[in-house]
Amino acid sequence: MVKSRTLYEKIWDAHVVERRPDGTCLIYIDRHLVHEVTSPQAFEGLRLAGRKVRRPDLTLAVPDHNLPTTPRRDADGKRIPIADPESAQQLAALERNAPEFGVRLIGDADLEQGIVHVVGPEQGFTLPGTTLVCGDSHTSSHGALGALAFGIGTSEVEHVLATQTLLLKQSKTMEVVVDGELAPGVTPKDVALAICGRIGTAGGTGYVMEYRGSVFRDMSIEGRLTVANMSIEAGARSGLFAPDEKTFAYIEGRPMAPKGADFDAAVAYWKTLATDEGAVFDKTVVIDAADIVPNVTWGTSPEDVVAVTGVVPDPSSFADPSKQAAAQKSLDYMGLTAGQKMADVAIEHVFIGSCTNSRIEDLRAAASLLKGRHIAAGIKHAMVVPGSGLVKQMAESEGLDRIFLDAGFEWREPGCSACLGMNPDKVPAGERCASTSNRNFMGRQGPGSRTHLVSPEMAAAAAITGRLTDVRELLKEEKGLVA
Amino acid sequence: MDKLTTVDGRAYPFGMKNVDTDIVIPAHWLKTISRNGLGKGAFEVLRKEPGNVFDDPDYAGSPILIAGDNFGCGSSREHAAWALGDLGIKVVIAPSFSDIFSGNAFKNGILTVVLPQEAVDRLLEVAKTDPIHVDLDAQTVTTQFQDRFAFEIDPFRKHCLLGGLDEIGLTLGEVDVIDSYEATVAQDRPWIVPAAVA
Repeated sequence: MVKSRTLYEKIWDAHVVERRPDGTCLIYIDRHLVHEVTSPQAFEGLRLAGRKVRRPDLTLAVPDHNLPTTPRRDADGKRIPIADPESAQQLAALERNAPEFGVRLIGDADLEQGIVHVVGPEQGFTLPGTTLVCGDSHTSSHGALGALAFGIGTSEVEHVLATQTLLLKQSKTMEVVVDGELAPGVTPKDVALAICGRIGTAGGTGYVMEYRGSVFRDMSIEGRLTVANMSIEAGARSGLFAPDEKTFAYIEGRPMAPKGADFDAAVAYWKTLATDEGAVFDKTVVIDAADIVPNVTWGTSPEDVVAVTGVVPDPSSFADPSKQAAAQKSLDYMGLTAGQKMADVAIEHVFIGSCTNSRIEDLRAAASLLKGRHIAAGIKHAMVVPGSGLVKQMAESEGLDRIFLDAGFEWREPGCSACLGMNPDKVPAGERCASTSNRNFMGRQGPGSRTHLVSPEMAAAAAITGRLTDVRELLKEEKGLVA
Repeated sequence: MDKLTTVDGRAYPFGMKNVDTDIVIPAHWLKTISRNGLGKGAFEVLRKEPGNVFDDPDYAGSPILIAGDNFGCGSSREHAAWALGDLGIKVVIAPSFSDIFSGNAFKNGILTVVLPQEAVDRLLEVAKTDPIHVDLDAQTVTTQFQDRFAFEIDPFRKHCLLGGLDEIGLTLGEVDVIDSYEATVAQDRPWIVPAAVA
């Protein structure tokens, strides 16, 4: 009898090129996304060794990390140079390396340009059952479509470019089960934050996660992308969703996806990938959907999660002495005191964007709350950075840009932007940002910046009131207006 | 990668414990597009201190660095190994290393030698005046004063360093199995290749 296997084990087995006596495997890589920050040294390494890219057709280059989000072409279509010389140099290197090695480049001003983790699924480059890597830890996002996807370092980028393989040891498996139904105002981001809060940022270290249960089955592909994106914040290099009818419908017709009979053959294969009945996971985490509420972070780690209706925790409430010390350090950095109500915390900045929450559903959700409203007087800066040029175009065709602009938001060009502050989009020291991104590390959004991770709906709500706000209050208000 | 068999020469008598990768190469050097030239940024903060070993002409160009416990802790930036390589360092000797750093060092042809603290202390003394001899094949560190310290190394890493084999070179040595895997997949899942975009 064939052993029951998990989705992860099936993908792994299908990609073993060679198994070594010590258990290390040479794993074939089906898809490689390349961006401007972690690839220059890898291409240089190839050049110095006289090597080629083995499969340029499986490789796609897109600049995203340090592009400015201000216009990239002037009225005459002429390029506006990047002011920061080092960012300009990294972009120029990618523009030189991609054609030299035969890799397709989506350029900085192309309509299809965007954050690599938005572009991959959008272009049909990301497919179920494939192995996909990129020199960026949020590569876990692509697991939403059932791809085994994970971030790698620069030497590994070079290894994949040259050989289309990686030497890897198999991970353990963890199932994260959320059954039930999410209450109104509770979003995929809140689910992701709830998982980080529950298992901690090291909880998934050494594991590949699989998201199971009715909440994930019912979730849209874009919601799944948000959840899979944050697998890495819970320590797991990859997080998987079993491909289903929604996945197939999402992929069909995308530019780089299989077409016609090829698509049918692909779907038939993808249907065999789901975890077998009776397959065993090394670890199981169960969360009841009814227990998940709109969440915010209070500290400087994505595991520092609390309900928006809750209070800043007392560092002494943590059992672990090292966590107590870390919590105190976080509160000092964040300028918060134990016992303070989260909903009383005033904010100055709102950032809607990043590979976690910059897709069309995210923008629609935020815009639906902002329609006919305006950002509060205390908000110094609010901006929307769409995940790609195509997301931006679709949003504009739906009039979302007008809603954001009328509400007092800036409407920017696509890129990673203020998620990591490598480009000029930074939060000033000591100021506070309600951000739809994925990391609230010290200095992440700029030196001294203070980040509260939230859903797009909660970011919109915070913009309207000028403080961290339970989105359900605004939803009630809207209902009241309708009734 | 250059072969590494024996390394003879002066050594920086550094000795500092818990040197993290931010000390080896500060974050603002990460916007570079090259592996080369990072030697300029190596130990940038320490080099602002007068009398530091890295700017002492006695040790200029030394191929060996002698450090303290837990060398290379902190971030995974491969730039730390690149910076040391760019300084001309081929061997780092310390009582212990972070796993990520020693992996990155190895991928860049730098040997990390783990020796007990007493041996490291003795070598720190010798290094102030005399050269040190590292023999990878014999797995020993010796001095002209009859010191002889044996060290352990993973056989695979030793094999790669001795042969100047990088992991990519090794994997390319097995290109046949990759070819045959691709041929099988082309049969079984021909749709796997991304559709060409006009």
